[in-house]
Amino acid sequence: MCVIKPGLLTTIQDTGRWGYQPYGVPVAGPMDPVSHRVANALVGNARDAALLEITLLGPELEFEDERLVAVAGADFDLSLDGRTAPSNAPFTVAAGSHLRFGARGLGARAYLAVSGGIAVPPTLGSRSTHLVSGMGGLGGRALLAGDRLPLGDPSMRQGAALAPQEALAALPDGRATIRVLSGPQADRFTADALEMLQSAPYTVAGNSDRMGFRLEGLPLAYAPGAEIISDATPLGVLQVPASGQPILLMADRQTAGGYPKIATVIAADIAIAGQLAPSDAITFRVCDAREAMKALIVQERALMALEDRRS
Amino acid sequence: MSIPYRIVSAGDSALIVEFEERIDPVVNARTIACADAIRAAAIDGVRDVVPTYRSVAVYFDPLHTDSEALAACLEREAARPAPGVAAARPAIRIPVCYGGEFGPDLPAVAVFGGLAEHEVVQLHAAATYRVFMLGFVPGFAYLGMVDPRISMPRRATPRVRVPAGSVGIAGIQTGVYPAETPGGWQLIGRTPVKPFDPMATEPFLMMAGDAVEFYPIDRAEYDLWI
Repeated sequence: MCVIKPGLLTTIQDTGRWGYQPYGVPVAGPMDPVSHRVANALVGNARDAALLEITLLGPELEFEDERLVAVAGADFDLSLDGRTAPSNAPFTVAAGSHLRFGARGLGARAYLAVSGGIAVPPTLGSRSTHLVSGMGGLGGRALLAGDRLPLGDPSMRQGAALAPQEALAALPDGRATIRVLSGPQADRFTADALEMLQSAPYTVAGNSDRMGFRLEGLPLAYAPGAEIISDATPLGVLQVPASGQPILLMADRQTAGGYPKIATVIAADIAIAGQLAPSDAITFRVCDAREAMKALIVQERALMALEDRRS
Repeated sequence: MSIPYRIVSAGDSALIVEFEERIDPVVNARTIACADAIRAAAIDGVRDVVPTYRSVAVYFDPLHTDSEALAACLEREAARPAPGVAAARPAIRIPVCYGGEFGPDLPAVAVFGGLAEHEVVQLHAAATYRVFMLGFVPGFAYLGMVDPRISMPRRATPRVRVPAGSVGIAGIQTGVYPAETPGGWQLIGRTPVKPFDPMATEPFLMMAGDAVEFYPIDRAEYDLWI
């Protein structure tokens, strides 16, 4: 597969570089893990196959052999050799075919899976690109025009015919409600801080990226003596620097950080968070562990049903 | 002696064991031993066990983890008595070419301590440091404790680019930048040794709990390493 135009920020991502955080190695992986999984399922790939994460402005790609391809996540106009191609459904590309990403509707990130997966050599067990440390993917960077991506052997399995609506990540229409669980350090904030967090939307600032979203909204105040010693930074945690403006830590976050963390996005809502772009608004809602688990099970059932449709 | 602890959750996919909130070799040794024991328990669904200065983050897949078994494991391991602070393997010795273009902040650290530059070097190279944790970028080890006479706080304005191999001081911490990154530590020298090499059989020079010593080399010797 060759890159004719790279798009704004197109990176190779599998499900992340787990197991090396004790050495300071960030996990990376997809911003929207649900759409990543849907795209792989549609072409019959393993769940952790590497594919392309496409951000805001899509690429143009040329294929070198016949492949099954699927795009999930953000809604782009797709054209294959001048004809409309579907989203959330697999289609076949021939040798020499050109796939173009056109106008974007809802969502910020699309996931393009190709049967066989992208077969760049793994670094520390993963093909995920981590931009800041220049690790993984192709040279640890976003794709450039002229790049040629090696593909793996296509699976003998067929993909699912079409992703049902319930398996798809919800796409924000400029705003999203995101559920969080309190903690790990909510006790380092004033008693009303969790109320403040939920009382009005926060805007995703322009200098947000795969590491995290800088949020603008009501400032959250520390309780006296809130300073913490650097500790681990989970996916989806809301860390709050002295300015009081929270930062939502996403896929490329560092492994540790020294700011107090008031709340953490539930696993089921990471996907919609990953579809946000600068100037989008987030309404946070604190939920309980039971609701978080229930939402995750509903999401998992739909994804497993999609994966089971493969023959 | 067992150290007070608490276990808190961070969302639905991580549990954190927190020990006493201080930078202390005894607390840190307890933290690392706890992380090692949790990792050794090999509980299904656990993705990563990450020790920091005084806490252990356990990342897991909530759909594929027996959460009660995991919580019980954390309680059991956190409650164990503190081990000794001695490193499990011999000290890692890191050559450093101090001062000059490699250590642009060495004069400032000397002024801070009321010392000559060679005395700063002597003090920095005399200590055996503990790797408290890794973080910031792959292979970056937070080492302590730096002698109070040279424990200069980090720069008010960080540098946009710190060259790979730079050796810096930030208060009681010292460390080696594995890659060129922005950074605010006081730079006193540079090592030709790579703390992180993804292509090597052992990609990481240091791990949490290691002992580390620095020794001075001159520019000619530095160039031989490179």
